[in-house]
Amino acid sequence: MKLKQISVFLENREGRLWKAMNVLSNAGVNIRALSIADTSEFGILRMIVPDPDVAKEILEKNNFVVKVNEVIAVEVMDKPGGLDELLGILNQADINVEYLYAFVEKKTDKAIVVIRTEDLDAGIKTLEKGGINILKADDVNLL
Amino acid sequence: MIYNEKAERMSAQEKEKLQLKQLQVVVKKAYENVPYYRQRLDEVGITPEDIQTLKDIEKIPFTTKSDLRDAYPFGMFAVSTDDIVEIHTTSGTTGKPTVSGYTQKDLEIWGEVVARALSMAGATKKDIVQNCYGYGLFTGGLGVHYGGQKIGCTVIPISAGNTQRQIEVIQDFKSTIITCTPSYAMYLAEVLEREEIPRKDIKLKAGVFGAEMWTEEMRAEIERRLNVSALNIYGLTEIIGPGVAQECMEKNGLHIFDDHFYPEIVDPQTLETLPEGEKGELVLTTLTREGMPVLRFRTRDITALRRGECGCGRTHVKMDRITGRSDDMLKIRGVIVFPSQIERALLKIPGMEPHYQIIASRPQHLDELEVQVETSPALFSDEVKHVEEVKRSIEKQIHDEIGLRVNVSLVEPQSLPRSEGKAVRVIDKRKFS
Repeated sequence: MKLKQISVFLENREGRLWKAMNVLSNAGVNIRALSIADTSEFGILRMIVPDPDVAKEILEKNNFVVKVNEVIAVEVMDKPGGLDELLGILNQADINVEYLYAFVEKKTDKAIVVIRTEDLDAGIKTLEKGGINILKADDVNLL
Repeated sequence: MIYNEKAERMSAQEKEKLQLKQLQVVVKKAYENVPYYRQRLDEVGITPEDIQTLKDIEKIPFTTKSDLRDAYPFGMFAVSTDDIVEIHTTSGTTGKPTVSGYTQKDLEIWGEVVARALSMAGATKKDIVQNCYGYGLFTGGLGVHYGGQKIGCTVIPISAGNTQRQIEVIQDFKSTIITCTPSYAMYLAEVLEREEIPRKDIKLKAGVFGAEMWTEEMRAEIERRLNVSALNIYGLTEIIGPGVAQECMEKNGLHIFDDHFYPEIVDPQTLETLPEGEKGELVLTTLTREGMPVLRFRTRDITALRRGECGCGRTHVKMDRITGRSDDMLKIRGVIVFPSQIERALLKIPGMEPHYQIIASRPQHLDELEVQVETSPALFSDEVKHVEEVKRSIEKQIHDEIGLRVNVSLVEPQSLPRSEGKAVRVIDKRKFS
């Protein structure tokens, strides 16, 4: 199961991340997970939100460049070795990871990892075979 | 030292008489031998006989860079190519280059005016001129070469670039005069300092710097660091090349060799001729060129003319240091760049919005060009490497178009200023005025 992620282009200058957050906050969008990739010249803000299409529309109305694309969200145990096991499976199958970010869920002993593999379908297949629990959009939004 | 006493100290009356006579001849030659000029003069109902006073020059239509380009390659020549002995062109980055053709006599005139220019910097036959202007189709190298040889200087045709070699030659050949762009002079000064070349091994006494705009602050800096008199030379391929005007040791304006090039200043908007001392666009007419006479060429360079006596004794009219352009042309490291070229390159990229801004700066004495481009969904991706690839491909596209490396910055949509009329495309942070 693939999950929709939204990515936002941020210029590398003060106040831009705040502006993006401010826009989402005013629209009542609750961010489930977030990561920022930064280079010396620009940043990419990546987020998992309950309704990516709505978030996209709001951000675009405020002149942000937004892209919606698919990622994989999986559940791992929130204990040492959780991510090691997950990446080991992908490594064994020669699956290249473009980026990933993780967040810990308070109510359970699980952590959620968002993964973008070069080939999403191959990534999903490999993880499923490895016995990793792949989350659906609803699962993530309910957390 | 004055190279040509008679020409350079001519009285105002004598000068005007000479100029009128030459103007009448050149208009007649252009009218009779260049179809373009015949057509232009016919259109406004002027014949060469209508030029009775110098003021009558104002009846002649202007010639622009695009007129010259339309005549590519040889449409502006007033003589058969049998009599053309040399050809130079502009860099042609904006499309077709403009071609300049020289007869043997034109080359002699060119040598003469550059000889006068180098003499203003103190050059005599005892001097060793290290000529770092590029040789080739560019007029800088050969123009200075002819002038230096006319004086009897030892000319080192080292051409542009290869800084290590330049540094060696400065020391080993004991060059006394150096000719290059002012920004390259700054760079050479830096390298000489960095390599701790002892001052006693550097015999330079003067530099003739041109081909780009510079400032009094830069002059002071070059003079201090290179221990030379830094003088400004001006010229353009369309007219002849370097040697249209040159500063004397008074360093307060450039003497235009007005027995060969007739200057006017016009308002770039109304095209009215402006009175002496007022700032406007420089318009030049070649008075003596045979191969390619050019009437009232709009240089787009902004300056003012000043008559009156000069401390050096020369009577050539003076023009102020160029402080700007009447169009949006930029000169980056000596290369001509128009914003329209950058726009053309950008629009070759699918999904690119035509919102961009060009920022010219000179952080370390060398020009840099930054192009800010608004990001669009088509250019954006969730992956850093893809966005960086897009940035590099835009840089390559622009490089292919203008021949210069630029730095592209992606900015957010709607972040570049929009304006009602003409968008502000260029921010030139280099200060010239």
